[in-house]
Amino acid sequence: MNNVIEIKHLSKSFGAHQVLKDIDFSVRAGEVVCIIGSSGSGKSTLLRCINLLEKPSGGQIIYRGQDILTNPSNVYALRAKLGMVFQQFNLFNNYDVLGNCVVGQMKVLRRSREEAEEMALKYLRLVGMEQFIHARPRQLSGGQKQRVAIARALAMEPDVMLFDEPTSALDPEMVGEVLKVMATLAASGMTMLIVTHEMAFAREVAHRVVFMDQGVIAEEGPPEQIFINPQQERTRQFLQRTQRRQ
Amino acid sequence: MSIEWLVRIATEYWPMFVRGARMTLLLATVGTIVGFFIGLLVGAVRTVPREGGLIRRVLLWIVDAVLAVYVEVFRGTPMIVQAMVIYYGSAIALGLHMDKLTAALFIVSVNTGAYMAEIVRGGIVSIDKGQFEAAQAIGMNHWQTMLYVILPQVVRNILPATGNEFVINIKDTSVLNVISVTELFFQGKSVAGGNFRYFETFLVISAIYLILTFTVTRILRYIERKLDGPEHFIPYANQMQVQTPEDILRKKRNAVGY
Repeated sequence: MNNVIEIKHLSKSFGAHQVLKDIDFSVRAGEVVCIIGSSGSGKSTLLRCINLLEKPSGGQIIYRGQDILTNPSNVYALRAKLGMVFQQFNLFNNYDVLGNCVVGQMKVLRRSREEAEEMALKYLRLVGMEQFIHARPRQLSGGQKQRVAIARALAMEPDVMLFDEPTSALDPEMVGEVLKVMATLAASGMTMLIVTHEMAFAREVAHRVVFMDQGVIAEEGPPEQIFINPQQERTRQFLQRTQRRQ
Repeated sequence: MSIEWLVRIATEYWPMFVRGARMTLLLATVGTIVGFFIGLLVGAVRTVPREGGLIRRVLLWIVDAVLAVYVEVFRGTPMIVQAMVIYYGSAIALGLHMDKLTAALFIVSVNTGAYMAEIVRGGIVSIDKGQFEAAQAIGMNHWQTMLYVILPQVVRNILPATGNEFVINIKDTSVLNVISVTELFFQGKSVAGGNFRYFETFLVISAIYLILTFTVTRILRYIERKLDGPEHFIPYANQMQVQTPEDILRKKRNAVGY
């Protein structure tokens, strides 16, 4: 069994509004999974449930054989193993680029400063931001911020990377630089779970595409199936809508 | 008013005024700094998420209630009254004979702390939710999140409000003359009581207050600008192009002696 994450009967409600309904879903090691669907379909919530930024209402989330919901004592260690990249970047405003990539390593993983800086530099180089180590977040463009955010997550050497619409807040000409970094990462064998509206990217990079609609997984399969020969009517309709937009 | 009297008072009594000004500055500075840390602590405690087991939640509720009472009482009563109650009250009711300076420092600090607690709470609430989430997503617990990510930003954001408190403290410590602390106003009163030149004496006193507050405001403005840094970043600015990021780090490390 090489499932890194296994989700069983997961549900989540905000008050009376049920956002996730009985989700069954798993991610294998080294797999790149893209989650697509219209806004409000629950895809971001699903991602946020996995590192417990949202508390699920029911069901199981099993990470490497351990149910993280019945055994919540080690939330912090778990989160350190799941790298998260946000739509709004969320770089720490009180640190420069290097500080952003170092603080988690030093405080959570208890690495020495030298070790942490070396690691940070390695990943800042990967995302092409090594020249900006002493820049402040507000001095960077959106694309640059997002690349730093990716480096920050990678410097923790996570097991899985979670991306929550990483390019949705970017100007169109900056989307490319971020997607390029993500494609490189995917090619390196990182396990990735990506909520995205970039259909072309999903088609090219994903091993598997999950289409969510109204809180359930409506269809999942290899990108060829989802994009060329969708089995479900609502998948077809969603894709038509997005194509018309593009 | 006569100019001669102004000059005479200033030249004759300046050592007293300087001592008074020093006392005022001491009270205001210590009060603001201690109050600032009280405020940070209270603000941080009051924003701890109310979750976890029943005992934990009840405990948090009690602590929050106590802190709320503290804030309301000290914001809701005049400092001059607090001074009377604490200085004379503690002597009579508790048999605790505080030294005047200790009492004064205590009163200003606790009073400022109550105001700062609310300022800090507002500062924490105004920090973008994404900052909390990013810190949590990286594996930080509540205290790490507060200490390394949120509070440093709060401190920067509330600096103008803190400066404001400082200026208020410079002026309002004058009420501590009721417990005979020899701050600036008290010295003015002593001088005027001797020469009956109330107008000229207090004109000099107000000039000194103005100089103190104006200087403090300028210094704080300067610190704010320093903290913010430049608007734009130029990679490798003022550095030789042949340097790699490693070189820069190594140089910095050697300089501070890691």
